[in-house]
Amino acid sequence: MQATDIGDPNYFHRVVECQWACPAHTNVPEYIRLIAQGRYSDAYMVNRETNVFPGILGRTCDRPCEPACRRDRVDGSPVAICRLKRVASDLRDDITGLLPVAPEGKNGKRVACIGIGPASLTVANDLMPLGYAVTIFEAASQPGGLMRTSIPSFRLPAQVLEEEIGYIVDMGVDVRYDSPVTSLGSLLGDGYDAVFIGSGAPRGKDLELEGRHDDPTHVHIGLDWLKSVAFGHISSIGERVLVIGVGNTAMDCCRTARRLGGGDVKIMARRPRQYFKASPWELEDAEEEQVEIVVNHAPRRFVTENGRLVGMEFDVLEWDEHARQSRKLDTVFLPCDDVILAIGQENAFPWVERGLGLEFTSDGLPVVDAVTMQTTLAGVFAGGDAAFGPKNIIWAVAHGHEAAISIDNHCRGIPVGERPPAQMALTSQKMGLTEWSYNNDYNPSPRQQMGHVDLTKRFQELHLEVELGFSAEQTMREVQRCLNCDVQPVFRAPLCIECDACIDICPVACLTITRDTDSESELRSMLTVAAENLEEPLYISEPLAQTGRIMVKDEDLCVHCGLCAERCPTAAWNMEKFDLRLGRAGIGALL
Amino acid sequence: MPSIKKPLIPLAAMPKNEIGLTIRDYEGSMSTLCAGCGHDSVTAAIVRALFELSVPPHKVVKMSGIGCSSKTTAYFDSAAHGFNSAHGRMAPIATGANAANRDALYVGISGDGDSLSIGAGHMVHAIRRNVHMIYVIENNGVYGLTKGQFSASADIGSAAKHGEANTVAPVDPVMLALSLGASFVARSFSGDKEQLVPILKAAAQHRGLALIDVISPCVQFNNHYGSTKSYRYVREHELREIDPDFIDTGREIVADLPRDGALMVAMHDGGLVRFRTLPAEYDPTDREAAMHYVNQAHARGEIPTGLLFVDESIPDVHELNHTSETPLVELPFDELCPGSAELEEFQQSFV
Repeated sequence: MQATDIGDPNYFHRVVECQWACPAHTNVPEYIRLIAQGRYSDAYMVNRETNVFPGILGRTCDRPCEPACRRDRVDGSPVAICRLKRVASDLRDDITGLLPVAPEGKNGKRVACIGIGPASLTVANDLMPLGYAVTIFEAASQPGGLMRTSIPSFRLPAQVLEEEIGYIVDMGVDVRYDSPVTSLGSLLGDGYDAVFIGSGAPRGKDLELEGRHDDPTHVHIGLDWLKSVAFGHISSIGERVLVIGVGNTAMDCCRTARRLGGGDVKIMARRPRQYFKASPWELEDAEEEQVEIVVNHAPRRFVTENGRLVGMEFDVLEWDEHARQSRKLDTVFLPCDDVILAIGQENAFPWVERGLGLEFTSDGLPVVDAVTMQTTLAGVFAGGDAAFGPKNIIWAVAHGHEAAISIDNHCRGIPVGERPPAQMALTSQKMGLTEWSYNNDYNPSPRQQMGHVDLTKRFQELHLEVELGFSAEQTMREVQRCLNCDVQPVFRAPLCIECDACIDICPVACLTITRDTDSESELRSMLTVAAENLEEPLYISEPLAQTGRIMVKDEDLCVHCGLCAERCPTAAWNMEKFDLRLGRAGIGALL
Repeated sequence: MPSIKKPLIPLAAMPKNEIGLTIRDYEGSMSTLCAGCGHDSVTAAIVRALFELSVPPHKVVKMSGIGCSSKTTAYFDSAAHGFNSAHGRMAPIATGANAANRDALYVGISGDGDSLSIGAGHMVHAIRRNVHMIYVIENNGVYGLTKGQFSASADIGSAAKHGEANTVAPVDPVMLALSLGASFVARSFSGDKEQLVPILKAAAQHRGLALIDVISPCVQFNNHYGSTKSYRYVREHELREIDPDFIDTGREIVADLPRDGALMVAMHDGGLVRFRTLPAEYDPTDREAAMHYVNQAHARGEIPTGLLFVDESIPDVHELNHTSETPLVELPFDELCPGSAELEEFQQSFV
């Protein structure tokens, strides 16, 4: 077999499952270790380097890192990565001195961003330090986009939002509030060197059924309703509320309704629970607040009496095994005072003139290159929900970083397809004979549970944050659950004397010395424990000096405990920290 | 010594043996030997052999003397009985224990110092008596615990770490055992578990003393160029031509046994050892041939490994002494010690 090229930044990156799964590739193990050392500000800055909004994401992220976490394979529950991110944010000192600053001398290039949500803010965050003059146009009078309007303040306090947006805007971004862009054509005519569309997917979908418009004051579109609550235009709702929809917005709607006076709030779902789009934890939080979840009910019509909504009719369905085909069993009437529709959101670009050269897909989304974020109109870029439909904040951040690279390239006359390469470093963690600069012991602690504000208390004040954050004890336990997947056992074949010590000591039997073969599937079957997870690579060495056999490590099983390196008499195995440096706007200029 | 204990990680369902235990149930405490010590590999091979044979952990008795090798009994089968004796006295203690309780698996671990110097006499007599036990010599050619002086098994010409060559003839435990009439004589290498594990399993089934000379490099004091007991030297000079494969009939289907001319030797309690020998006429049941072969290989500077000789017909210590079928420890006290009157009567029978 071909020996593994560990000089390829992608190889070890893939082993650091959380970092690989994160769209922004946040260096999770590094910041967890910094938290363990009480270096909260440093942990915050490691986060900020890639995900820009640690305090916001520490409360609201969709956490693609957690299902990927190696710890999940070990004891069935991943490290509470998102909660720890919030710890770093909550306990940091004043970090303003560590933030990037914009140079006084500008580079003469002007960039316009549309919408002050996470995508545009990331673009500004990356471009301001390079000397760009960034102008952001925003229809609302406050920054944050959907982070402010669709995420209730009991999940994301306004102060957290404002602080992190401030870090970027305070670099000197020219923000024009109450300034909706009504014509892309005229914006382009203003002579900007590049335009970034980060306007989100702000329009909630409607449900056109019989009776929908008979009592418009009591049928709400979820996104608009949440926005009105956020801006203080709505402060009450009826006693009985039906929320149609099964996504995270639906959960936010029903929890907000509980706070505005809704006593009997139901989530109405067409399909069984396992097909819900909401993250499991958001569903749990809703249920904790006594929201009833009603499955297998398809909305049929709105029922009004004397112009007042009195309820809705639903078809009761029975589904086949995989919920593909349904059979109607019955029709039921459920009384209610208000209905909130949270069945999805869509993009709206009435301000983009057709004919400018900016093409749209049949779904109404702009055609955007997935790598460069460039639209079909050179110099116009898009990211976040505006580009690819509703995703979540961390994706918008990732798009923003890539768009910033493209904008920088575009303004310097470099093809946008030329991406600055990712770089890597491997640093030995050896401090002594059997001593490492990380805590390599396996800690069997279970995942720590987040504490919540009392149910009664949380309904008294709309803005009271429900999650309390981890206590010091919980934090200290949770950080030790991390397996430090970025500290890699690195093998140097010429040093190996084939004594088998590493194989004997490995607690998960992930190592094998075996004869070489040309077939990976054969090799996988020859290992000490057959490597059946084909998603995970094998780390294959050069032929060993004494017998010509090869050392093979199954990355699926390794828990990075470092015992192989501790028992290796020749340091053929060594624990080395993998540090990934992603390409960023401005980095290319230095190479 | 490692900074942490080998953690128990519930990664996947670990395979279980016939008595429902995992291989981790046969481990002991963490080794305090040097990183890369061959003895740790021997320990790992013993753990695997005991696991695969489904030996109840408490039915094992671990015996040892003094030395690096003798420390290793602490590193496997924590649930076993054990006795860590004075230097060189593993064999007589094991003999006594074996006499008292024949219903246990005796695993004696010794070294070239413990067995070929201070305890050589005891080893010789244990072999003569054919004590029912596994007798492992972890042979590294040096006194590792006292910083690398030549031991009694150092070859002539083998260099110490600082350069001087040994000039005194070595004791070869294999030749010694063969000449003493041993019933089971093997040699293996700590870096070759594919061979060592089946030999250990065969030894566990052998009735009598199963001597296994395991070349187990001292990574600290005897793993350099010029040493004849380094990983590299053994790999370059090992004659792995006598390849045993232990088959426990209890778990293998007889029809699956290959009929490729391999020689089958039945063990006392039903297992089979399959020998695949490359030297065409090698017969591991012929003592003289075995001695001749080992001698010739030595003369060529080669180290023959494998199960070199086995004879299941030789009576073991219990048959030789007509001891009770019931282990002495299980006999009721009044049978074990019938009293003064019985003694008096017995003595009168000599009058």
